[in-house]
Amino acid sequence: MSAATDHGHGAHAHDGHGHDDHGHGGASHGSLKGYITGFVLAAILTAIPFWLVMTNAIGNNQTTGLVIMAFAVVQIVVHMIYFLHMNTKSESGWTFLALVFTLTLVVITLTGSIWVMYHLNNNMMPMSPADMKHHMP
Amino acid sequence: MFSNLDLQKLVFGRLTLEAIPYHEPILLITFAAVAVGGLAVLGALTYFRLWGYLWREWLTSVDHKKIGIMYVILALVMLMRGFADALMMRAQQAMAFGPEEGYLPPHHYDQIFTAHGVIMIFFVAMPLVTGLMNFVVPLQIGARDVAFPFLNNFSFWMTVSGALTVMLSLFVGEFARTGWLAYPPLSGPAGSPGVGVDYYIWSLQIAGIGTLLSGINLIATIVKMRAPGMGMMKMPIFTWTALCTNILIVAAFPILTAVLVLLSLDRYVGTHFFSNDLGGNPMMYVNLIWIWGHPEVYILILPAFGVFSEIVSTFSSKRLFGYASMVYATVVITILSYLVWLHHFFTMGSGASVNSFFGITTMIISIPTGAKIFNWLFTMYRGRIRFEVPMLWTVGFMVTFVIGGMTGVLLAVPPADFVLHNSLFLIAHFHNVIIGGVLFGMLAGITYWFPKAFGYKLDPFWGKMSFWFWLTGFWVAFMPLYVLGLMGVTRRLNHFDDPSLQIWFVIAAFGAVLILFGILSFIMTLVVSFVKREELRDVTGDPWGGRTLEWSTSSPPPDYNFAFTPMVHDGDAWWDMKRRGYSRPLKGFRPIHMPSNTGTGVILGMISIVFSFAMIWYIWWLAAATFVAMLVVTIAHTFNYNRDFYIPAEAVVGAENKRTKMLAGHV
Repeated sequence: MSAATDHGHGAHAHDGHGHDDHGHGGASHGSLKGYITGFVLAAILTAIPFWLVMTNAIGNNQTTGLVIMAFAVVQIVVHMIYFLHMNTKSESGWTFLALVFTLTLVVITLTGSIWVMYHLNNNMMPMSPADMKHHMP
Repeated sequence: MFSNLDLQKLVFGRLTLEAIPYHEPILLITFAAVAVGGLAVLGALTYFRLWGYLWREWLTSVDHKKIGIMYVILALVMLMRGFADALMMRAQQAMAFGPEEGYLPPHHYDQIFTAHGVIMIFFVAMPLVTGLMNFVVPLQIGARDVAFPFLNNFSFWMTVSGALTVMLSLFVGEFARTGWLAYPPLSGPAGSPGVGVDYYIWSLQIAGIGTLLSGINLIATIVKMRAPGMGMMKMPIFTWTALCTNILIVAAFPILTAVLVLLSLDRYVGTHFFSNDLGGNPMMYVNLIWIWGHPEVYILILPAFGVFSEIVSTFSSKRLFGYASMVYATVVITILSYLVWLHHFFTMGSGASVNSFFGITTMIISIPTGAKIFNWLFTMYRGRIRFEVPMLWTVGFMVTFVIGGMTGVLLAVPPADFVLHNSLFLIAHFHNVIIGGVLFGMLAGITYWFPKAFGYKLDPFWGKMSFWFWLTGFWVAFMPLYVLGLMGVTRRLNHFDDPSLQIWFVIAAFGAVLILFGILSFIMTLVVSFVKREELRDVTGDPWGGRTLEWSTSSPPPDYNFAFTPMVHDGDAWWDMKRRGYSRPLKGFRPIHMPSNTGTGVILGMISIVFSFAMIWYIWWLAAATFVAMLVVTIAHTFNYNRDFYIPAEAVVGAENKRTKMLAGHV
């Protein structure tokens, strides 16, 4: 697809009316230091969950799961900063805006679904007679 | 394993001769008609030696204008199919009372209402919206094409192959009998063992790829390729609505894809995501599909709002009232459309807190929509209004859509919804907003931009006929359904016991016939206008006194749209240029760099039809072969370095001089 991109821009760039005056800065480019920092962080963040599972250090499966999820979230942030070079300024802020929008939607979808499904399960799933006595007014 | 090896199964999967519905007279007649019509078209193409022209100039074209036009043609063809389904349902319901069974048995009737819904949303409304955006957006922002021209062609052909797959189900096998969203467990392997739901899944998946990619394409186009000087708040309002719609597409369609993948897994490999037992939960399907489904409603209506905004301002000869509030209303709708999905299933049993939250968000989303209506009214207020056909559609829309909006707010009240859920009231409501909003908007847009696309206006007499038949037809067809819904008649029934209801269904059927005349008049408009094209010719490129950049170039625009990229200083860029005495540059033209046509999109589209067909009928060898073929064609395409060319400066000079002569001859 990258050649197709070139067409679109080429069509404009070649007649001397390029779009440079929009002032979008483009994505920032990584440095060796940045890549190494990212790699080390990513490796550590991967190793810790493995260690947690293999040694069963916490002892409680549910807590371990939650801790691993937390590490996963940090891992995503590390990838975005060091490998995808995202910051609040690249592409005149469009990248960051897109990220905020995506996060909002993901949060809405996840929390909304969990909330809705929790209610539906409570109200609508088949119950034993004992449950009914307990739940029904 | 080899003891029960069945050669026929291995070669044909579950496809047998039984799958051809030759015992259904209605389908047989349809098939005969389609075959004769198709052969006539193919014969005509061959006789007039148009194959080469069609292939070079249209099918392989990466020009956003031609792709936009092809999207609209696809939508109009599919409208015929979807509307034929509607007429059949109206006829059945008008006659099937008491002892009378009607002419459509339940298994056939169920396929018809499913096909009607799927076709009208995915293959009529969506291509109309995408087609208009494709045609108009690059012209409005002063660009020469979309950001990814080949991707655009590929997206179109994916949509076409989805549509063809649905059409195929008419003659080979059956279509889903589940309703247009295919809720499990009815759509699961036990509820629907046949091929119907598989046709549904694959046609939507293939078409969905096209929709998603064209969404990405148009976002990139709008964000990156605006003419110099056109800041975000100087974009034409249609471009704004197109941007928000495409953001919605990119955010929402992956959810549809994911849900359908889960349903396919349930059907193909026996997982239990949406089954009733073994940990499955069909309510999750309903929840997820409406997280896509509600934004989808706004994907369709936002561009229609954009069209109406352009038309109101042009035909009132005034700047749009409240441009900024219009933009903010659009953005607020974009966000809020993700917070209302549960109102589609209040009755599933979420309980009071959940239902009231979603009831209130639904009422809130009607506020920005209402603000838009007032903006249009204030634009018209003390304007110099010209009631040409696009303006008629707009006024018809405002009256009709307000009623639809109010019944929508009524349905947003959970206790009211408990009474009206799945009743004909709901059917009347959503047809009220989709016909009165989306369809009127798209027909208005087609009439408005037709001279730009083809160089001549549409005949106003037949345009007005079409408008009045559509408007009256809509009211006659759907007001009875509001009445019936309030009386408690539910949707999707092919037979009724209470004879006192019949009169309402007869009235509704009459309304559908009026709409039929509306569609026929629209076809007449196209035919008559083509015959009278010299008389209706638009030589100026600006037939309506337009305000945005697309009217600054010739009608139809040259391949390169603009010889020079325009400089923008004001929101209504072309109006501003005209006001300041803009003079067209007549020399200094340079060669223009353009993308080349490619057949890869068509080829991939056709292979994907065969792939879907093989998956639907369990013809595994063919599915594997076509999948590999798709990969090979895709990879081969990346080695095609013959992707661009220059329109030489002399050709540009020639085209521009021709326009100069035309403009001079006019004045």
